[in-house]
Amino acid sequence: MAHAQRYEQLKALMTPYLPEDVNPDEISPESHFINELNINSAHLVDIILDVEDTFDIRLENEDMDAMQTVKDALEIIDSKLRNQD
Amino acid sequence: MSMDFEQIISILPYDPPFHFVDELLHLDTEGAEGTYTFSEDLDFYRGHFRNQPVTPGVILTECCAQIGLVCLGIFLQQKENPGSIEGRGVAMSSSHMEFYKPVFPGEKVVVRSKKQYFRFGKLKCEVRMYNAKNELVSKGELSGMIKVEKDE
Repeated sequence: MAHAQRYEQLKALMTPYLPEDVNPDEISPESHFINELNINSAHLVDIILDVEDTFDIRLENEDMDAMQTVKDALEIIDSKLRNQD
Repeated sequence: MSMDFEQIISILPYDPPFHFVDELLHLDTEGAEGTYTFSEDLDFYRGHFRNQPVTPGVILTECCAQIGLVCLGIFLQQKENPGSIEGRGVAMSSSHMEFYKPVFPGEKVVVRSKKQYFRFGKLKCEVRMYNAKNELVSKGELSGMIKVEKDE
């Protein structure tokens, strides 16, 4: 599965958790989940649980702390998947 | 090391008139059970409803949350991070409740919660409230964040 495809998957699973005043088109790799996309911490947990299911990986508390931006999340997903191979 | 029930009640971040836990009957990693008696003196009965006091649904929800979500959350959080009582923060993040029977002034209720998951500081529970006749008064799903606060 290509990196670009994972980015699209991640964007798709984030979309339901965006507040009404944030347009899904505004998501970029640099977007900060909490400060820019206005996702609350409870919904960030929901996103992380969905990421686990979608990519079949297990994330730890340190991973959540490191996931500040969309790009951070993608890098963590990539590295978890690499370690599985 | 786990905390005893009275210790958990004593560190709940609530005071009257917004403290809705009298007693914890049971608590383990899967759920909590506790009771509360709605005193006839509670102030909101003066206005809900006029000349016809009934416990507001938001208060029943709060009672379910304090017993089912917060007591359980503190217990679980304490198991993960023993000793970290300072700076604990709780916040309800979502509630979906159904109400079946009115709860009148003076009634005692029992709340039982069942953990759905506790991960990354978020606790999601199924909660049920029963009256003294063991009739289901309310049930639903509550979620909240139970965290050791970090400076942000």
